[in-house]
Amino acid sequence: MDVPDQTWAGEQERTHQAVTFADGMTLESGVVLPELTVAYRVYGQLNEARTNAVLVCHALTGDQYVADPHPLTGKPGWWERVVGPGRPVDTDRFFVICANVLGGCMGSTGPRSVRPGGGGIWGTEFPTITIKDMVRAQRRLVEHLGIARLFAVIGGSMGGMQALEWAASFPDLVFACVPVATAAFHSAQNIAFHEVGRQAIFADPDWDGGSYWRSGKVPARGLAVARMAAHITYLSEQALTRKFGRRVRAAPGGDAKVDPAAISLFGDIFEVESYLRHQGSTFVNRFDANSYLTITRAMDLFDLADDHGGDLATAFRGSKTRFCLVSFDSDWLFPTAQSRAIARALNGAGANASFVEIKSDKGHDAFLLDEPDFFRTLSGFLAGCAEHAGLSGSRMATGS
Amino acid sequence: MKPPPTPVQYVAKNMRLDLQLMSEMIEPHSRVLDIGSGDGSLIEHLFRTRGCDARGIEIDMAEVTHAVAHGLPVMQGDADTDLIHYPDNLFDYVVLSRTLQAVERPREVLRQMLRIGTRALVSFPNFGHWRVRWQLARDGRMPMTATWDRPWYETPNIHPCTIQDFFDLCAQEGYTVERWLAVDDGGRRAPWRRFPALANLFGEQALFLLRRHGTALR
Repeated sequence: MDVPDQTWAGEQERTHQAVTFADGMTLESGVVLPELTVAYRVYGQLNEARTNAVLVCHALTGDQYVADPHPLTGKPGWWERVVGPGRPVDTDRFFVICANVLGGCMGSTGPRSVRPGGGGIWGTEFPTITIKDMVRAQRRLVEHLGIARLFAVIGGSMGGMQALEWAASFPDLVFACVPVATAAFHSAQNIAFHEVGRQAIFADPDWDGGSYWRSGKVPARGLAVARMAAHITYLSEQALTRKFGRRVRAAPGGDAKVDPAAISLFGDIFEVESYLRHQGSTFVNRFDANSYLTITRAMDLFDLADDHGGDLATAFRGSKTRFCLVSFDSDWLFPTAQSRAIARALNGAGANASFVEIKSDKGHDAFLLDEPDFFRTLSGFLAGCAEHAGLSGSRMATGS
Repeated sequence: MKPPPTPVQYVAKNMRLDLQLMSEMIEPHSRVLDIGSGDGSLIEHLFRTRGCDARGIEIDMAEVTHAVAHGLPVMQGDADTDLIHYPDNLFDYVVLSRTLQAVERPREVLRQMLRIGTRALVSFPNFGHWRVRWQLARDGRMPMTATWDRPWYETPNIHPCTIQDFFDLCAQEGYTVERWLAVDDGGRRAPWRRFPALANLFGEQALFLLRRHGTALR
């Protein structure tokens, strides 16, 4: 596979906007992280009363660059359609925070961080973390920014898990919660797909038992295969058919027949193959294999009901938070049934909840793509909540 | 190719009339669940004019999206299957506007409404109206009127009832009828409010405010 050679050195030195808490953090597992760094980006202006802060939580392979160009790939922010001036999460109105998750590889403490006290790189010795740990690290950041209460917490996929965890752990700190394309627990099927990805990384000799930084290589092939397998789960059959069908590569018309004599076992023949290979190879430029292992495990461990005696409604009982659940009808990774289960639990808890399923053929990835019904839902919900929260509808004063 | 079948929807709502009549029966600042909330007009009206904590549940996803995009708390769901998930006594009023005749199990839906709410506010088109009776008597065929406007084989209104039928059901289930009224085709409040039999003949739609027996007045 044509994965470019990757080297370990370099990326870890890149500087991200970050705050370090020298007192560290005790993880859910009881393990103490001696030092905690949270890398983040902010957009818009915090109002005087500090009541317009919106926390955006990213998904498995996302990062804090939600609305400005990615420093490694140069690509636009991953949710630029959603976060920005005049966008559903309007940065003329809201102060938007996005943090790289604990365990991530874009500046927050994670497996590629240097262990305090001269222990070298954490690597696979980085402790097991949970979605709750990620949320507690974000809470440290929010406090550091001088914000007592968040107007909203919004996230898709694993970001939605964090949004749910925020609302369950700190109900009084979250006025509105928008979990998108997510679930209250990671299903057996989703754990299974993650395991395929992890095994692909383990199988790459360059992974070197997790100590790949010693050799200066990275397990690019393993990580790329993990990404390829995962990427299929983010799409839908209709989306793949619409984008690629059975089109053959190197046939510009797209309707050429495959010449059996010219087929090599190793080349990519169909367009969908080259697309996946491209997805795999670009991913390794920006993501760390051990981070991938750590974060997929955190998702697998997520089961919000289990943390509340097996009853999801208990997690939200008495909550004053206003919820808006959004799912997409072609998403088979986090299907609508999962969102509906959360909606019913919220009803059971007597919480104020809206629930919308958006029609889209784009699968799980729909939450990152251009879905006008989703944008309308999100901006309308936030506008309604802002009215209930007594947030002014006008743009923040910018001293024009 | 066959044309796609016309989507089956609940009867068109005379929202303006329902909205006005129902709002008059709902105390300000109460907690309200509107089942079959449509585009959310009633919950918006109750929030804006009476300061209610009003929420909706609606089966049609396009209507849900429309309502949520207008900042209204509405959940996609089905009256027949989703009410069981709410806890007892969560609401002061549970509203079912011109939808009772279209649910699968009207008696069960009413029971759920009066479990999760202190009171139920129910409106329905009256199948006992003289025009319906006259058409059936004259033609011997299922009536077709402005209200009952779909042929029997594709109407979503699978459980039509009359005002007197509804009184009977309330008695049978032990519900107190706190208030009731019937309105004629023009939406005028009928003067025969003490005479259910007359209301059953001239009322085009009926509105009932119910309470469980033994529920203390608030």
